[in-house]
Amino acid sequence: MASTDTAITKDKEQESGMWEGAKAPFKASYGKLMMWYFLLSDAFTFSGFLIAYGALRFSSPTWPVPDAVFQTAPFGIHTWFPGDKAPLIFVTFMSFLLIISSVTMVRAVQEGHRENQKGVVFWMVLTILGGLGFLGCQAWEWTNLIGEEHMTVTRNPFGTHTTSGVYLNEDGSVSDETFDAGETYLIHKAGGHHGEGEHGGEGGEHAEETHDYSQGDHAGYYVNENNFLQRKYQVTGGEYDGEVRMQSFGPMAFGALFYGITGFHGFHVFSGVLFLIIIAINAGSGIYAARKNGYEMVEKIGLYWHFVDLVWVFVFLVFYLL
Amino acid sequence: MADLSYEESKKKVFFGLGLLAVVTLVEVFISLFGKGWLIEGVDDIGWLVALSALLIIVLSAYKAYYIIYEFMHMRYEVKGLAYSVLLPTALLIWAIIAFFQEGTSWKARRQLIEDKNAEKVDETKLQGSVIDDQTYILELTKS
Repeated sequence: MASTDTAITKDKEQESGMWEGAKAPFKASYGKLMMWYFLLSDAFTFSGFLIAYGALRFSSPTWPVPDAVFQTAPFGIHTWFPGDKAPLIFVTFMSFLLIISSVTMVRAVQEGHRENQKGVVFWMVLTILGGLGFLGCQAWEWTNLIGEEHMTVTRNPFGTHTTSGVYLNEDGSVSDETFDAGETYLIHKAGGHHGEGEHGGEGGEHAEETHDYSQGDHAGYYVNENNFLQRKYQVTGGEYDGEVRMQSFGPMAFGALFYGITGFHGFHVFSGVLFLIIIAINAGSGIYAARKNGYEMVEKIGLYWHFVDLVWVFVFLVFYLL
Repeated sequence: MADLSYEESKKKVFFGLGLLAVVTLVEVFISLFGKGWLIEGVDDIGWLVALSALLIIVLSAYKAYYIIYEFMHMRYEVKGLAYSVLLPTALLIWAIIAFFQEGTSWKARRQLIEDKNAEKVDETKLQGSVIDDQTYILELTKS
């Protein structure tokens, strides 16, 4: 290609023997090429995970609607939205954080090509802050899911209705709370406080009132051995019209897939932040300036950092958008 | 970005930021639309749901392309490097087709097992055909 990167040209001058074959393969330095191949292999790992998610989702009769699972935001921000639900808002903010940190990373690489040490460090520090912000958001998201909504690797309280119906009151009479097939509900803990994980359509329960939440069968609900309150409902329409059923837990694989895949991505962000810190310190100390290769190390960690953003594009697509 | 001046490439980066942000917002908008959050009842119209899902996938693919080609500078590498990294991912196309097909098949089997389990067995009809172990052995030695 006609446009040869200045950094590559300088690499070629720098590298003794250019990989010992007198000619650098693909006109790239060894480190950069191997970073690309590492990223390719990592892409296959993530693809394997995401395809497994897709296969399990297709194999399950129901699947939690992501908008219903991820509709809370910290500091009660979701209460600013109609119905106290802010579907995907918080996770969109997380996406923005990663995109912005990707852009600041590009700026750091550009300043590196100009051998501008201060510029490199400045933009890398911004990138690190973006990465830490993302990790903080993810920590909140996980805390909310585990602490408030009681989703674990093996337990998924987000179920989905397969029929339309109407919920029963506590005394077993039919209430006016209706729902349609395909609506996702969250099974709460009996008597637990409903904090930021509060979902609409589950109202009518207040911690101050006294309820009989002893384990076992009740007129309007069932309390299971882990104190989860599974509400009863009456099916309306269809083959099972009039039948009384109770909320069942969602597909178990959802929790394992969510924590596994977002956790694996979060670990990439975490290790990326560590490497960014190391390389920012090195850049600040003048090691890379002395190498006179256009801060190639910054370019390599930049590739990794953009890859983390790239993976998030697909995690965001598969877990939240679809 | 060697063919661009410093100022130009700087501008391009911030243009990229705007582009990715806008595409992400559009994606979220389409996703909420397809799930019936914006207009009630959209989630019951099958083709509209499928269309919004397809649009989101295309937009995500575009985002991926932009990140790889601009932010990761793939556009400015030699062709061989780009091909050696990008072409192997074509293997994933078959992986997606095969595993999604597999998932659909699991669901069908799961339904079959559930239906079989729910089947009522007429026990009166079974009685005549029950053979105990000894009869079975006797009949074996006879033959």
